[in-house]
Amino acid sequence: MYHQVEIVKESVQTEPNVFDDMVINVGPQHPATHGVLHLVITLNGETIKKVEPHLGYIHRSIEKMCESLSYRQFIYSTSRMDYLSSHINNHGSCLCVEQGLQIEVPARAQVIRVLMDELTRIASHVLWWGAMAMDVGALTPFFLSFREREMINDIMEETCGTRLTMNYMVPGGVMTDLHPNFQRSVNEFIRHFKSKIDEYDELVTGNIIFQNRTKGVGVLSKEDAISFGVTGPAARGSGVSCDIRKLYPYEIYQQLQFEEIIETAGDSFARYVVRLKELRQSMHIIEQLIDNIPEGDFQAKTKAVLKLPKGEFYSRVETARGELGVYIVSEGGTTPYRIKFRSPGFSNLSVLDHIARGGKIGDLVAMMGTLDLVIPDIDR
Amino acid sequence: MTKEEQKLKLQEQFSAATFDEAGQWLTMNIAVADWLTTAQALRAAGFDYLFCLTCVDFKTHLTMVYHMESTIERTPLVVKVQLDRSKPEIETVSHIWRTAEFHEREVYELFGVNFLNHPDLRLLILPDGWEGKNPLRKDFEDPVNMIKL
Repeated sequence: MYHQVEIVKESVQTEPNVFDDMVINVGPQHPATHGVLHLVITLNGETIKKVEPHLGYIHRSIEKMCESLSYRQFIYSTSRMDYLSSHINNHGSCLCVEQGLQIEVPARAQVIRVLMDELTRIASHVLWWGAMAMDVGALTPFFLSFREREMINDIMEETCGTRLTMNYMVPGGVMTDLHPNFQRSVNEFIRHFKSKIDEYDELVTGNIIFQNRTKGVGVLSKEDAISFGVTGPAARGSGVSCDIRKLYPYEIYQQLQFEEIIETAGDSFARYVVRLKELRQSMHIIEQLIDNIPEGDFQAKTKAVLKLPKGEFYSRVETARGELGVYIVSEGGTTPYRIKFRSPGFSNLSVLDHIARGGKIGDLVAMMGTLDLVIPDIDR
Repeated sequence: MTKEEQKLKLQEQFSAATFDEAGQWLTMNIAVADWLTTAQALRAAGFDYLFCLTCVDFKTHLTMVYHMESTIERTPLVVKVQLDRSKPEIETVSHIWRTAEFHEREVYELFGVNFLNHPDLRLLILPDGWEGKNPLRKDFEDPVNMIKL
């Protein structure tokens, strides 16, 4: 493991205000925003007074589109929201439709879904790890993270046929059975990744420069995290217990052994540590399942045209970024009357202004990086 | 806590509300005039996490839907408020749950709901010049971009 380094921040002297406010734009095209996010920042000297996000550069009105798509079709558009958690987005949408139709998903499909979810989580966290290190000035981790992510992408490609927008889950189960190589490839990946994750800790976590950049930066209190609706690793770094897999277990999560990682410091470093520890937990979940995939159907028998009864359905899943809520209002037809995606990125972004105020402009990417924002998830 | 217990508990406190137990979670319907005091009372009663805030256009009226829960008890509650479709107005709750600030801005531009006393009610996702055209209303038609299949 890495060394714990105590960092004492020098107390900042309050100087008389000699600067006028300056407004600068970060984005819409900026490498640190990882997408088209536009931040209008009001600065006084180097101190951030206000951060105002301007959204909508890739708003596709997915919610409106879904109103004219059938219950099988709309799941495809959810892959395009948080493209790094596409399996989990599909999963949440399928759970909502299954809840309305009261479909029992076969045991094999449940295990496959959880395996895919956890592989997705690893791929997403690994990419985030590389990008986060790059944001604060270390370029090597980015290439290392892509090495591991590539292996997962290859596994996905074999089974799902795609590498980014999977669309592998369908109401009632999964679209096709696993590829014969799946078990072997995943075992191989786990063996490989186990040796590499310690390298991650040595390279970045214990690095004094990295710790200096992230400790005590962007501190978010527990109360504020709850009030702002922050979820996922960002909230768990502030001591909020919010893992949907534990609180409202879906599929077979109840039978699995894993820990909910909670750190209490609330700063960027705590959020970083949560994600790295979650990588190990996800590996642990995969190890429990990969050699015990039950035989049987991979999909329940469903009607060709799905019709949800009149009513409202809400499903919650834990994506790599936090809680995704899928809210369907049905009037009894073949298309949803209204669909709302409560995306984790949207709420996580809303807290940025709050944690950035009073901080330095140089620390902004360290704060934003650990919120792990994916812009299509925010805009939808 | 079961839905029945939750209902009995809330019924005492909010006598004007009507309850619906048909769905997954308990639903509480209240009048728009009672919303602010109800929201404050719910927050005081422990509902500290507002995990979803949205609106549904039912053609005859708009319905605001608030999903909330307590991070200790974890018993979700759905609160619904019916709004007049021609002049939808409701008090903001952004000072009670900070997450509402962004979510209300989203509802404002997509449904045209006016949130009274909101600190910063501007367009969030849509570009400038979209005021008055509310894409998620059922009667919205876009002459240029296809939105129907």
